[in-house]
Amino acid sequence: MPTQKTVAVTGNVLVAEAFRQCAPDVVPAYPITPQTTIVEEFAKFVANGRVHTEYVTVESEHSAMSASVGASAAGARVMTATSSQGLALMWEELHIAAGMRLPIVMANANRALSAPINIHCDHSDIMGARDTGWLILFAETAQEAYDNTIMAVRIAEHHDVMLPVMSTLDGFITTHSIDRAEMMDDETVAAFVGSYVPENALLDTDHPVGHGNFAGLGGPYFEFKHSQRLAMERSRGVVKSVGAQWSKICGRPFGVVEGFGMEDAEVAIVVLGSTAGNARHVARGLRESGVKAGVLKIRCFRPFPYAEIAEALKGVKAVAVMDRSESFGAEGGPVFLEVRSALYDLEKRVPVVDYIYGLGGADVKTELIERVFTDLGEIANGAAAPAGLVYLGAR
Amino acid sequence: MATIKELSHREDRLEGGHRLCAGCGASIAVRQVLLGAGETPIVAGCATGCLEVSTTIYPYNSWKVPFIHNAFENSAATVSGVEAAFKALKRAGKIPADKKVKFVAFGGDGGTYDIGLQSLSGAMERGHDMVYVCYDNGAYMNTGIQRSSATPMGAWATTAEVGKVGQGKPQRRKDLTSIIAAHNIPYAAQASISDWKDLAAKSEKAFAVEGPAFLNVFSPCPRGWRIPYDATVEIAKAAVGTAFWPLFEIEEGTWRYTKRSVTRENRKPIEEFLRPQGRFKHLFKEGNEELLAQVQSEVDWNFEYVLKRCGL
Repeated sequence: MPTQKTVAVTGNVLVAEAFRQCAPDVVPAYPITPQTTIVEEFAKFVANGRVHTEYVTVESEHSAMSASVGASAAGARVMTATSSQGLALMWEELHIAAGMRLPIVMANANRALSAPINIHCDHSDIMGARDTGWLILFAETAQEAYDNTIMAVRIAEHHDVMLPVMSTLDGFITTHSIDRAEMMDDETVAAFVGSYVPENALLDTDHPVGHGNFAGLGGPYFEFKHSQRLAMERSRGVVKSVGAQWSKICGRPFGVVEGFGMEDAEVAIVVLGSTAGNARHVARGLRESGVKAGVLKIRCFRPFPYAEIAEALKGVKAVAVMDRSESFGAEGGPVFLEVRSALYDLEKRVPVVDYIYGLGGADVKTELIERVFTDLGEIANGAAAPAGLVYLGAR
Repeated sequence: MATIKELSHREDRLEGGHRLCAGCGASIAVRQVLLGAGETPIVAGCATGCLEVSTTIYPYNSWKVPFIHNAFENSAATVSGVEAAFKALKRAGKIPADKKVKFVAFGGDGGTYDIGLQSLSGAMERGHDMVYVCYDNGAYMNTGIQRSSATPMGAWATTAEVGKVGQGKPQRRKDLTSIIAAHNIPYAAQASISDWKDLAAKSEKAFAVEGPAFLNVFSPCPRGWRIPYDATVEIAKAAVGTAFWPLFEIEEGTWRYTKRSVTRENRKPIEEFLRPQGRFKHLFKEGNEELLAQVQSEVDWNFEYVLKRCGL
């Protein structure tokens, strides 16, 4: 019988609890703000004998992911966590983990990238990893970070997927704020994630296999990449079915996108992560005063839910995409580019405006969200959409 | 220490038919090192490089043991992860408690002295039960003979060219074996493919210790050194005989010189190692006498350092 207890903890503490409950065999760990409290909490579990995990205190994030690759190929369940510069340092290894089809689960505390150095939230780090072949889940709250992390293990290790998954939460806003959440009992989580049964494990020494072989010189590199694409496509169904199963146990909904007021929205904001709460708060107020405002939160960014997004936005008169990262020189931020592409096949063209916001932890006040809805209202009434992207609230 | 008869009965764990060049020192190093592991199961890792690309061309693989290649700079970190998994899975009861497996990571000098130094240092410091083997051929051979921090002073390389002003690599080599010894690991040694008995003995010790061990194995590259394909072992012998590459080991902090037949008094002049190699031919041109003398003095300095560390 699943039993949940209400806790008041930070997102990072809850992610660390999720790690413990998923019983990883190996956790390579390297500290970086604001991820640190995840690996610190986990170190306590190790020191107190609450986990059987081999905790490998590596000398860099590059080695954290390198050791993760080795341990996962060896046949272990592997989890780790990073942020920002650490994720950037791992970049090479992110591709390798995915290309070798290793179901590693990693938490990322979304944080700005240098320069200038900044330790606060934005999505520059994670967007740099969007084409690495990892599945990427975004949490709005500590609760979602917890749920996503648990589901990530099931999704990654699913036979039809076998790809690494990132469970991301916004730096400081979600990692360090104390939030109310429901934590599942250990047995229920253990039963849900199950025991990892690896294929082609290095440690099956009676059946030697080669991992990371050379496929150049006209070799099947192209075909390997195709099979990776197919696995990512298959993951769409797995993400949903695992979400539905977890939802049934914990009672909380899970959608690859989650709408608020989208049934009849005329103006809508598309958003990832913690800002979804601010956006909903503002939209709720506007709806009370008769504005048909909606919010579409993307919870699963990879694979990108383009069909669900097109379906949700097809009747909207004006859409704002909130990008908490830059793609300098592109027409807009990464979320904008993908959302607008998702809408291309709609019969009726929907105006889409890109708002770059909150870089390096810049405050996302409700007035800013209100301004976005005001802009959208004008566009919906026939005003021209602003040319180019808008740096929302830049001084 | 196994006898040559015993060694000859051990299974070769690197199958022939790989695509390494004729006369390549790397495959000799691998086979000799793996003999030292005896019959115990092994998991091997390898950094990107000649050895990796030539032995694992999909769908073929020369390794008769479980094998992993990850990237260039992280052979040590990768194998440390494999070893960590072994410990954890034993603890979880998924692997029998009495099962023994040895872990070995290979890398060339580029992947070890240079780009992989941090990863190696970390793995050694963390105390993983693994052997790291550097096959040192003194340059980035896979990418086309570029200089590394293991390239000898004065050697030509494609990024240390010989011309009107440049005369090959101006800097001295990095002493990696001492650097790793400074991690105070249970066992570190310098060996050469020319001295198979010494190498096999060192490999046995490296695999026998609990905790990290390091072998720096001199592995000539005919292609990069501009020597004939059948001169591999001879040139390695010359490296040992001239004391360019002294053979020694550090066991629990105690240094021991293992090639007692080569002494201060009878070591051959460095010219015997340099002259047969095309990469050093400019050193023998008129006007480079001083540079040649400098190379000799570097070798002398290093040999003296090793002998003193060994209490000789």
